[in-house]
Amino acid sequence: MPPDGARSLVTEALVEVEDLAREFDISRPWLFRVLNGEPRRIVHAVAGVSFTIPRGTTLSLVGESGCGKTTVARLVVGLYRPTRGRIRFDGVDLTALAANDAARAIRRRIAMIFQDPYASLNPRWRVRDIVAEPLRAFRVLEDERAVAERVAALLGHVGLSPKDGEKFPHEFSGGQRQRISIARALSATPDFLVCDEPTSALDVSVQAQILNLMKDLQEELSLTYLFISHNLAVVRHMSDRIGVMYLGRMVEVAPTDALFEAPRHPYTRMLLDAIPDLEMTGRRRSPVGGEVPSPIAPPPGCAFHPRCPFANARCRSEVPRLRAEGDALVACHAVEEGRDAA
Amino acid sequence: MSAFAPARRLTRIFDTDLWWSFTRSPTVVASAVIAVALIGSAAFAPWVAPHNPFDLATLNLLDAFTPPIWLEGGDARFLLGTDDQGRDVLSTILYGARISLFVGFCSVLFAMTLGVSIGLVAGYAGGTVDAVLMRIADIKLTFPAILIALLVDGIVRAVLPRELHDRIAIWVLIFAIGISNWVPFARTVRGSTMVEKNKEYVMAARVIGLSPARIMWSHVLPNVLGPVLVIATLQLGFAILAEATLSFLGVGVPPTQPSLGTLIRVGNDFLFSGEWWITVFPGTALATMVLSVNLLGDWLRDALNPKLR
Repeated sequence: MPPDGARSLVTEALVEVEDLAREFDISRPWLFRVLNGEPRRIVHAVAGVSFTIPRGTTLSLVGESGCGKTTVARLVVGLYRPTRGRIRFDGVDLTALAANDAARAIRRRIAMIFQDPYASLNPRWRVRDIVAEPLRAFRVLEDERAVAERVAALLGHVGLSPKDGEKFPHEFSGGQRQRISIARALSATPDFLVCDEPTSALDVSVQAQILNLMKDLQEELSLTYLFISHNLAVVRHMSDRIGVMYLGRMVEVAPTDALFEAPRHPYTRMLLDAIPDLEMTGRRRSPVGGEVPSPIAPPPGCAFHPRCPFANARCRSEVPRLRAEGDALVACHAVEEGRDAA
Repeated sequence: MSAFAPARRLTRIFDTDLWWSFTRSPTVVASAVIAVALIGSAAFAPWVAPHNPFDLATLNLLDAFTPPIWLEGGDARFLLGTDDQGRDVLSTILYGARISLFVGFCSVLFAMTLGVSIGLVAGYAGGTVDAVLMRIADIKLTFPAILIALLVDGIVRAVLPRELHDRIAIWVLIFAIGISNWVPFARTVRGSTMVEKNKEYVMAARVIGLSPARIMWSHVLPNVLGPVLVIATLQLGFAILAEATLSFLGVGVPPTQPSLGTLIRVGNDFLFSGEWWITVFPGTALATMVLSVNLLGDWLRDALNPKLR
């Protein structure tokens, strides 16, 4: 049990993720392995991630490609089964849910918005059927007339015309498709939206419209967001708190302002230094040095040590845990020991 | 507004790339016209054919072996001559093509249903299910289609009494040809399914908890049917030929309902005695029909392939 002071925080959290891990077996076929004496090959896509998302707020996960942020998103919505760990939604453990009506009722409250608006809408379906699908799947509305009304209202809500329901997805632009995607996600009145890079496939001019729409909807419907992105500007605009992931682990979780003003983890600093800045045009930006190591054979100890300027022997052998550091949580031996002054 | 909907749909067909590529090739237009004419006159044989070759009352053995109309001894009643029993060759061709086409369409439909289902399940489930189903397909491919059809026919013949067998012979034939042709459908559908199942619209359906069967049927299937249509067209020619081959070998439809293959076999006996028209005209009809259907299939395959546009 958490101490009394923490309990109020816990009850406010809509989503609690605890030591979540997921491994993928990417071994070659059995016969091939036996003949060539190859071992199994396991990717540790997510290796023990914990976070909580308070009701009505946005937590963003950022990190380079391959750091496991998309896997976390898919674990949370139930597309993958976790290898280890728990996901609690409104107090209910999603990993222990049986496939019954109670599970259905919980799943109805979680929706997802996908990255590629050109792949996330079935090209053979009319928009009205796409938007109505969750309504029908969760049997929210039985009457077809009510479904049609709800679809028209949803399309209007996301800035499309109710008449657009007759059309097929290919008749829309990327931004409009993402609006359809949002309408679909909202149709069964969820509380929690998982957004997997919802604007990364869109033109910059359209990104802001979609982000603002999402913010307005959050306020209006008091939604909770788990927002996945690699774009720090987008994340800054959207989030209340930000989690920085590296190679399947969370290295820093901090309130948005704190993270941008005073990043603690060496990796977070590296990421922020790499952002282009209009006021500093012409300055040579320090690039994020080195490559992300393979998640098949992650480095021992702190996974970031091969690229870290402050790494020492402890970093190479001991995995750092998340520790409170002011209002942030940081997983770094150098920060803990105070040898991170650049 | 809705009254104009069909008209608008029609103009939409004439606006498409498909229609444009269709009108551009005279070969394709010609084979489409021939295929439609042959299929149409075969389907409506009882109304189109000048005689009913199965109506014994109108047959006259004195009319037997009448040569085609443009040869000496030709009779104006029999455009393409008559066979050994005095039946009009043109009419027997139309009635025979009707049976050939019926067997062809039904067996392709059967092969398509079976192949598409197997391909969908294999591609969507993956893993062991996929491996087992595809190995079955591989094994199936090591037997020639005709051999399988002969085998099925032989078993049914041995198991069922002759009278019953004759009555269901046409369905046995459809099953035999269909079961030997499902593999191309299964392979193609499996491949496209493996691509589609990783697309985000399928994930979106999984997030809202739809069952795999429902996702395969309403999400994946509509998106993998394009190539299936092409294979079906190409397989139709093959199925018609397979039926003709089996009937030629004498294991197809009973002689009381002669198909084109049966006609060719029967006429073959008279080829060397000079009555060539009894076998050559059914043979020409068969070749023309298969060729036009295959040309259409080839065109459809190229026209639907975005890389060849």
